[in-house]
Parts: sequence; C-alpha cells; structure tokens
Amino acid sequence: MPSMTTRKASWRAPSVLPGFGLTFGFSLAWLSLIVLIPLSTLFLKSAGMGWHAFVDVGFSSRALTAYRLSFGTAIAAAFVNAVFGLLVAWVLVRYEFPGKRVVSALVDLPFALPTAVAGIALTALYAPSGWVGQYLDPLGIKVAFTPIGITVALIFIGLPFVVRSVEPVLADLGKDVEEAAATLGANRAQTFARVIFPAILPALFTGFALAFARGVGEYGSVIFISGNMPGRTEIAPLLIVTQLEQYNYDGATAIAMVMMLVSFAVLFTLNALQSIRRRRLGA
Amino acid sequence: MIRVQNITKRFGNYPALHGIDLEIQPGEFIALLGPSGSGKTTLLRIIAGLEFQDEGHVYFDGQDVSDIPVGKRNVGFVFQQYALFRHMTVADNIAFGLSVRKARLRPAKAEIKERAQELLRVVQLEGLGDRYPGQLSGGQRQRVALARALAIEPSLLLLDEPFGALDAKVRKDLRRWLRDLHKQMGLTSIFVTHDQEEALELADRVVVMDHGRIDQIGTPEQVYMEPATAFVSHFVGETNRLPDGRHIRPHDIEIVTAASGRGEGQLLVDNVFRKGGAWRVEGRLHGSETIVEIDVDAHEPPPGIGQTVAIAARRARTFALAEEA
Repeated sequence: MPSMTTRKASWRAPSVLPGFGLTFGFSLAWLSLIVLIPLSTLFLKSAGMGWHAFVDVGFSSRALTAYRLSFGTAIAAAFVNAVFGLLVAWVLVRYEFPGKRVVSALVDLPFALPTAVAGIALTALYAPSGWVGQYLDPLGIKVAFTPIGITVALIFIGLPFVVRSVEPVLADLGKDVEEAAATLGANRAQTFARVIFPAILPALFTGFALAFARGVGEYGSVIFISGNMPGRTEIAPLLIVTQLEQYNYDGATAIAMVMMLVSFAVLFTLNALQSIRRRRLGA
Repeated sequence: MIRVQNITKRFGNYPALHGIDLEIQPGEFIALLGPSGSGKTTLLRIIAGLEFQDEGHVYFDGQDVSDIPVGKRNVGFVFQQYALFRHMTVADNIAFGLSVRKARLRPAKAEIKERAQELLRVVQLEGLGDRYPGQLSGGQRQRVALARALAIEPSLLLLDEPFGALDAKVRKDLRRWLRDLHKQMGLTSIFVTHDQEEALELADRVVVMDHGRIDQIGTPEQVYMEPATAFVSHFVGETNRLPDGRHIRPHDIEIVTAASGRGEGQLLVDNVFRKGGAWRVEGRLHGSETIVEIDVDAHEPPPGIGQTVAIAARRARTFALAEEA
C-alpha cells in the first residue's frame, strides 16, 4: 500500500474535534485540585502512621461494625431507591396529571434541604412518640435509633439520584419499540421485562451507584436518627468525626482510607460493568 | 382479503381520515402513496391495530377486527426507524415474537433458534445473528426488522416508509430485493411511502391519498397515465399546468417548427440541462409567467437558452374544476 500514509501510533484516537490536549489537561488539573490532592494527603497521612497502627484503628472491631453498618444501609437504601425511584420516574415521564411540576420539584428537595433538617424531621416522625412511630411501636417495629432508621434517612437523601438518572432515558425510549413488541404479540408485562427494563437498566445502575455513594458518605441526616450507639448504630463517618474530636487524627485518616478504598472499588466495578455492556451493544 | 370500510379518524380537531374504503386481495402488494399529512400512515396504523378509528370497520377475511388488539391480529409491522431492541442480538430480535408466545403455542427453544437462522438466510444476513443492532448498517437493520416481523408468520405485512431512512443506493437495492421477496412469499403487503417512484416500481396497485381521502386506486400504469384528479397528476410524476386548464406531462410536449403550423404556443427557454436520457427544457410561456418543463429526446439537439420555440401538446388532460386542488 504505497499510497497510504502511515499514522504514528498514538494512545489517543485521531479526532477532528479540536482541543483534546487543552481540555484533557484542564480536566486533569481540575480533578487533581478538587479530588486527587485532598485524597492523596489522606494516603500520605495514613502512610506515616505505620502498618500496625493503621490496622489497629482501621480494622478495630468498632470500625468493622461501623463499615458494615454504613455500607449495608447504603446498599439497602440504594436498592429501595432503585425500585421506587424507577416508579417515580415512570409516573413523571409516562403520565400527565395536575401538579406534575410540583411533584417533580419535590423530588429534588432532598438535594437542597440541609441534611440535618431532614434528619431531625425524620427522627421526629419515627421516634416511638412521633407521628408515624407511635403506630409502628406497638407492632414492635422500631425505626428511629436502629439501622432501619438509618436506611430511611439514606433513602430520603438518595431518591433524586435514581429519579433524575432514569427519567431522561425513559423519556428518550421510543414509543415505536414498545409498539414493535406489541405487534409481535408481547403483553405489557413481557414488554416491560424484556424491552423497557433492559433499556433503562444502565441508567438505573448509574442512579443506584450514585445513591449508594451518597449514602456511604452521608453524615448530617443520619446522626440524628441513628442514636449513635457504638457497635450498634454508629456509622463510619460518625466514627471519623468522633476520632477527630478526640484529636486522634491518625485514627480518623485510617478509617477514612478504608472507606475510601472500599467505595472506590465498588464504584469502579459498577463503572466497569457499564462500559463492558456499552461496548457489547456497539453503541 | 382485507377490507377497510368507511374509516374516519380525527386527532383532536384535526381530521386525519374521512370515510376511507379499500379492498385488498390476497397476495397483493399495495402502496399507500401521499404527501405528509395525507393520512397514509394513520390508515396503516389503524389496519395494524396501533391506532383506533373513530368510525368504520376493518375486516380480515370477513372477520371484523376493529376490537382486536394489535398483538392478536397477526400482522407483521416494519417501522420506519426499525424499532429494533438494541440490547438484544439480531437473532434474539428475530426470535422475540415466537419467544413471547404462551407456553402451549411456543415452539421449543431449538426450534425458535432454527427459525431465526432460517429467517437470517431469507434476509441475507447469515452469520450476523450474534451481532447487536448497533453494529449493523441501516440497510441491514431494516432487513432485521423485516425478518423479525416475518418470524410470527403474519397473515399481513405492513411497512411504514420502509426505505425512508436509507441512502439512495441502498434504498434501490433493498427495493428490488423486497419485490423479489414478495414474489417468492406471496404475502399480502401494504407499504406507506411519499416517494412516487417507489410506489410505481413496487406496487401491484397504488392508493394515492391526499388530505385524509383516497384520490385514486389503480395500477401504477393507470395512476400515471390516467390520473383521476389534478392532485394525482401532479403528485405522481411531473405535470405542467397550463393557463387554459390543461395538465401535460413534460414528455407529452414537443417542440415543433414554426413552418409546420402546429405550434400551440411560444416558449422562451430559460434553462436546459440533461436529465438522465433526455434534455430538460425549462421556459416561460409567451404572454404569461407560467413555467413549463419539457423533455426533449437527448439524441436531438436542444434549443438554446434565450431562444423562443413553438410547442405543441401530444397528450393532455383536463379535470373538473371541483377536483382542482
């Protein structure tokens, strides 16, 4: 092929869109400033404390319980949000009803509300003497000051993530795809399970991951409803703050390190799964 | 036999169809031809059961299907934008209609698989069954959509602008291929198009629609040579409309010598260009601003631009005033 010009092998694909160097450089600088540098100080700080000290604090039984609680409640809340967030998104996209805009605005409220306010409100509702708690208490269901309460708070703050991730994808999903399924003889349940749900699954995944990530790091709303009993309802972020209040900066960093690594691993896995799926679809 | 009786449909205040009557014989290939807004797609969707008429009936072999939902009418429908299931492989797309059947009507898994392979052969996409729709070209996707519609062994095939989203070359190939396929299978088929060339080439009979009404039903030859209305004359093929009310095709006008005495008018030539096997001569009729287009045999020298030539009609049609749209 004498007439073909050979292109220098490059780690980036040639593109007609200009400005890759500039925007990529800027993105990296920005990410470094906002994310990487603060996080690397975490690394440096915990590296300086020595392996044994790190394990002693980072993997103490109190810390392990806190991790389990934090990640467990965050996952539970993200699951609940995935189900009901999908439902809310479905209703907002598919139906016209009076007050739709109000409902849509309500969905975003957990974003804007100071989390402490949410925590106090939820505690007041679900405490054994509260509006809702007084009916649950005789049934033996305790919400406030238990992991259930924590989950409720995390559901509250995580809802918008799922709704806002799924909504545009659902709205984009062509009517013709559903009609095609109908002409081929599929009933509504089959159409949902085999055509609609797989199409919105990636967005649901993203919403789930975001809600989970938010839940793991949540502090403000949880500390009011959890009761903060060490070994029972003490979440990991609270444990960090507790360490800080005792001027045990190394301890706080160690716990933060562990949390960060686990969170990163989970989010990285979710992202990898997504990109495998995208590549498979050739889109 | 498909019979459409007195179908009327309104979208809000907008009347989409007025009293449509149509009969389609088994094995026929029918084109619904018309401009956008003519109601052709609405009629197709009503026959499919994707839309419901306000008045009138649709009969399949004498049975009134007006209240039968789309999934039970056993029609294959090919959508303009393919409407493939993007998260499924090509083979799974094709097998979808069989795999959603009730357990007692559903073929065994191996049989469904085999049927999908067979249809892939029919649409000439053998070996692409494991691909995803996103990895195929437009023409290939359209054939997958067709195979998917054929998989349920429909008694009627409906195609909504099946070649609308394809480029000219692919469209032409696919058109020829679809005509052959129809010949082989003999499946009663209706397709919607706004492209008169497509309709004339493929269809056994063409239904020309305008403003929610049928203007003419006829063979391509009838529709082209004996248009029933001025609209059909102008929409199917090209037509000059002269100030005296006559409608003449460009190839039905000849340039004559002044000496012959046959000249019916004088044409001031504005432009001459080659159009396939003929010269296209554009000019204005002397004494008016009416633009007239003429096709002149390419073997003969065309008139020069700026020249005035005498013209005569070989064949012209007039329509009753009520039909002049």
